[in-house]
Amino acid sequence: MATYFEALGIAPRLSVDPEALRAAFYQRSRELHPDRFARADREQQARALELSSLLNDGFRTLRDPVSRAEYLLKLNGFDIGEQRSKDVPPELLEEVFELNMAMEELKAGDEHARGPLEEARRKFSALVAGTDETIDGLFASWDASQSRDDLARIRAALNRRRYLSNLLRDAEKALAPES
Amino acid sequence: MSTFEIDFGETRRVIGIDLGTTNSLAAYMDLTAPRVVEGPAGDRLVPSIVSFPPEGEPVVGSAARERLVSHPAETVYSAKRFMGKGSDDVAAELPLLPFRLAPGSEALVRFDVSGRTITPPEVGALILRRLKENAEAELGAEVREAVITVPAYFNDAQRQATRDAGRIAGLDVLRLVNEPTAAALAYGLDKRKQGVVAVYDLGGGTFDISILKLHDGIFEVLATNGDTHLGGDDIDNLLMRVAMEDIQSEWGEDIAGNHEAMQLLRRGVIQAKERLSFLPETSIELNWQGRGYQREITRGLFNRLIGPVIDRTLAPCRQCMADAGVTPDRIDEVVLVGGSTRIPLVRDTVEAVFRAKPHTELNPDEVVALGAAVQAGILAGQVTDTLLLDVTPLSLGIETMGGVVSKLIHRNSTIPASATETFTTSVDGQSNVLIHVVQGEREMVRDCRSLARFDLKGIAGMPAGMARIEVRFLIDANGILNVTARDARTGLEQSVEVKPSYGLTDEQVEAMVSESIERAEEDFRERQVREARVEADRVQAAVEKARQSDAYFDLPEDERASVDRAVNELLVVYHGDDHLLIRAKIEQLDHTTRGLAENLMNSAVQVALKGTKIE
Repeated sequence: MATYFEALGIAPRLSVDPEALRAAFYQRSRELHPDRFARADREQQARALELSSLLNDGFRTLRDPVSRAEYLLKLNGFDIGEQRSKDVPPELLEEVFELNMAMEELKAGDEHARGPLEEARRKFSALVAGTDETIDGLFASWDASQSRDDLARIRAALNRRRYLSNLLRDAEKALAPES
Repeated sequence: MSTFEIDFGETRRVIGIDLGTTNSLAAYMDLTAPRVVEGPAGDRLVPSIVSFPPEGEPVVGSAARERLVSHPAETVYSAKRFMGKGSDDVAAELPLLPFRLAPGSEALVRFDVSGRTITPPEVGALILRRLKENAEAELGAEVREAVITVPAYFNDAQRQATRDAGRIAGLDVLRLVNEPTAAALAYGLDKRKQGVVAVYDLGGGTFDISILKLHDGIFEVLATNGDTHLGGDDIDNLLMRVAMEDIQSEWGEDIAGNHEAMQLLRRGVIQAKERLSFLPETSIELNWQGRGYQREITRGLFNRLIGPVIDRTLAPCRQCMADAGVTPDRIDEVVLVGGSTRIPLVRDTVEAVFRAKPHTELNPDEVVALGAAVQAGILAGQVTDTLLLDVTPLSLGIETMGGVVSKLIHRNSTIPASATETFTTSVDGQSNVLIHVVQGEREMVRDCRSLARFDLKGIAGMPAGMARIEVRFLIDANGILNVTARDARTGLEQSVEVKPSYGLTDEQVEAMVSESIERAEEDFRERQVREARVEADRVQAAVEKARQSDAYFDLPEDERASVDRAVNELLVVYHGDDHLLIRAKIEQLDHTTRGLAENLMNSAVQVALKGTKIE
């Protein structure tokens, strides 16, 4: 089976221009969508269904930087199994502890914890943004080098990002339990 | 252009059908624009109502609407709300309905009407058949293929039920299209080239919200949301309750048990609701068995009553914007669809949520069918610069340990969409693996909608955990799930047995299809007999008149006798059901009366000549 990059007719790179990706997706859709084969024979219809689902799955995966990188890691034989959420990055131990404390207190009804939790949320948002920048840099680096070392670094950065964004989501949920 | 016109005559027509909760209609592409099919009386909307008299054929449409009051227990309306549902799903609204459910309705609602059991797809099929006939009459050609619209938020079972209805009606359903998307197609054909459009569709029974990105003829749905059990019916029920309480205190009588009174009141309530869209105040009226009830209602009170119903559309709108990744200021246009969007409060609400004045140029009752016709044109190759990229409204997942759902395809994924999972055995020598597939957004299986169980059968005996069965879940362009499996070791196709949780099995649909084909043949034969009798009546009347004339008595006696014999022979076969025999006897009579006709002609000529002389 073709890769998602092949399905969209683009080079297997990590830095992708979203507009160019969408344009490729639209162009391929015009050619492959099952609507274009409504009057074709069964075999052609089945083929259109296969190819357009691959195209759609590909566009969905590649338009998001994280899932794009994970897909590329998988293509290159990296195991990207979920990192267990208990594995706290050592340099963040203290911040994570404080964040969890504040969340527990707020959940227990202690409104005084709201301030520290909002503070922690800001801190973690900044950390996610920082990790995104690192990832962008690594993307460009891999696009140039195509080295496995870069892929390994990307995997580590993605794990860190996943961990941080999970925490951030929990904090946001704790701050706005209604929505 | 000329080749296009030449091809046009040979093209098999595909019609677009809006199978609605309250009304249904069909449309088709007429050269470059979609056009609504008109019924024999010039009516464009066919009420989605079917009545089943104990004797004779089902009554469909406006005639059935009349029977809703005179024969409420025999008449099914709003059948769309029951598509793909089991009895538990509809328990709450049953008390308000005049028809009952038959036993065995757990996985598939079966209406018990006039001593027969009928399923929602069969009711839908009767409405579709009417629309098909109307279209054939207007186009002067047989129609076998259709695009049928469904609420965007319909789940797999509801979509399958709609497709089944099409099959039972003898239609090849080329595509199911989501109603809001169809509406966008109808609006967007030659309008805006780029932009973000929100479609707010509040119909008789369902609510949908979809947000689309338009780009040079591509209609890409970014996200959709909705509630398949929210619409004008809910507003009617609210007003019904108010009126019933009034009546109870005025008349000292609860009319809930009387279906005739209830249907009359429902009609009164709907009329009042419709008037309140353009009048500041009106009254709900009921005249029943010599008693009258009248209640003034202002738009202000109406708004307060229905506010909570309309507010239920807000959360789906906000979720849809969040899923589409847009804020209200990014939305360029808003389109209103469905009869309930005529209500001023609905328009105000939409304007407040999306901060844009909604479009209402196209008739909200017709816009979905018009869009379905555009999609039909796309599939038939008549429209080539437009393409719809729709999404699946609900996440698809499988049951894992402890009743937890593992999501495979997320909601708002562009369709066709697929996911592949590898399964194995947990016991030595295990030959089956059962996969439970569900739809919904919740974490636990019990909070989602069961879709089907797929049984992977005939797995070769091997130690536990050794088998590798790759299962591919594919949601097609209709939003319907297809599952295939293969043994990853051998690459051979693995057999999969589907046990749908709701709805008809393939075998049941097949049986209904062949029954409906038989019925169609029967109908056809009946029509031929009827036509032959009409012809026989005409000939007999003419002969009867001739027998009173001098021309008849001028005939030789044996010729008179053979005319009499031929008349009698026609009378003998007249009430039979063999149209060929009737036709043969008509011909024989025609033949034996040739001399009589000649005589008549001559005497007519003589009369005419005499006339000239006199004048």
